Amino acid sequence: MRDIDVSEIVSTVKQLLIDANYNLGQDIVAAFERGIASDESPVAREVLKELKENARVAAEGEYPLCQDTGLAVLFVDIGQDVHVVGGNIRDAFNEGVRQAYRDGYLRKSSCDPFTRKNTGDNTPAIIHYDIVPGEKIKIMAVPKGGGAENMSRVHMLTPSAGIDGIKDFIVNRIKESGSNPCPPIIVGVGIGGTFERTAILAKKALLRKVGERNPDPQIAAIEQEVLERINKLGTGPMGYGGTTTALEVFFEVEPCHIASLPLAVNVQCHSNRHKEATI
Amino acid sequence: MANEIRLQTPLSDEDIDKLKIGDKVLITGVIYTGRDTAHKRMIDLINEGKKLPMDVKGQIIYYVGPTPARPGKPIGSAGPTTSYRMDAYAPKMMELGMKGMIGKGNRAPEVIEAMGKFKAVYFGATGGASAVLAKSIRKAEVVAYEDLGPEAIRRLEVEDFPAVVINDIRGNDLYVEGAKKYRKV
Repeated sequence: MRDIDVSEIVSTVKQLLIDANYNLGQDIVAAFERGIASDESPVAREVLKELKENARVAAEGEYPLCQDTGLAVLFVDIGQDVHVVGGNIRDAFNEGVRQAYRDGYLRKSSCDPFTRKNTGDNTPAIIHYDIVPGEKIKIMAVPKGGGAENMSRVHMLTPSAGIDGIKDFIVNRIKESGSNPCPPIIVGVGIGGTFERTAILAKKALLRKVGERNPDPQIAAIEQEVLERINKLGTGPMGYGGTTTALEVFFEVEPCHIASLPLAVNVQCHSNRHKEATI
Repeated sequence: MANEIRLQTPLSDEDIDKLKIGDKVLITGVIYTGRDTAHKRMIDLINEGKKLPMDVKGQIIYYVGPTPARPGKPIGSAGPTTSYRMDAYAPKMMELGMKGMIGKGNRAPEVIEAMGKFKAVYFGATGGASAVLAKSIRKAEVVAYEDLGPEAIRRLEVEDFPAVVINDIRGNDLYVEGAKKYRKV
């Protein structure tokens, strides 16, 4: 059994959320560079150059990557031999969010769904806990913007729809989303589980880095096929037309009910912000 | 991009008339911010026969909710938000003389139709290039609805703010034409 004080959770969450909002992953910047070199549209290449420059300016630490600094989504793997001391664990995660959004000059985007009144400090955090072996806590912070999230869908397919039904649904969803989710996008796909599990899988898929294919070669091949189909749609960066509509498609797959084929498509803009730390 | 046109606000019908989809523009002058709730409140004012917090004649409304300004800076990051959420309000604003909207993402057919009728255009700014876009904003002050925080209406002074014409007054749509050109399925 290892004691972890809540103050360590607070400071880690704060640092991860600020870091994520100012420092874009090098995997994404490299993907912009590949688009700058390869997109067939001159307008698309201009947009991608602007996004690369934006990542450079944001890394200077004065302006976040995007004004939509997101709701604070946290994936937390808690070791079964951890004993959290010094306070309430949920309060600690929320306090980390509160401090990050205040001290990092990040926008508070959380509001009451009916009155639309802002909660004022970007809490509550959206936390997905998992209990795992070990005596550490792994925190993965994913600030998630609203524009691309609004384009996401969960769909309960009939098993007869099969893999072709899955592929068609994803490609059509991205086609219909058009310019709204700020392409070039990352597509997180959850397949299997239940209604709620498939959505979490789709969100979790976004934690992977560009180029990190599913370890199952058959699934990896489908990811690649869907990516290529999306990039033939012509939508392009910002929807102005081009051949760089998606930077990546990530599948996370789990068993499902014999009667079901749950599918979730979580659309993520190019500002795919995620940082992780283990304490 | 084909053309790079400098625009000074407020905009006239002549300014609007010469713009066509795909034109890159650099906007200088005063523009106003407004998004979901601010629009709802403005439309409520109009319905009650009251005056808007600012004169929208010839003006551009930028759909943006910026991050908080750091000390010494006029504004934080300030990229466009998705525009379709303002579709319900946009035709009325154009009827009142608004000449331009800056945002990102597709507009409803009735909004595009209203652009032709009232002579107004829709500009796209690069979504998520918010740090770069903030640098062209020289001054910002809240003119209404301070309680809305990032959604308050702000008066911005911009210099060479970069945008692209998405919908012109002739019913053209860059999103449709651009995708058509590069579609391979």
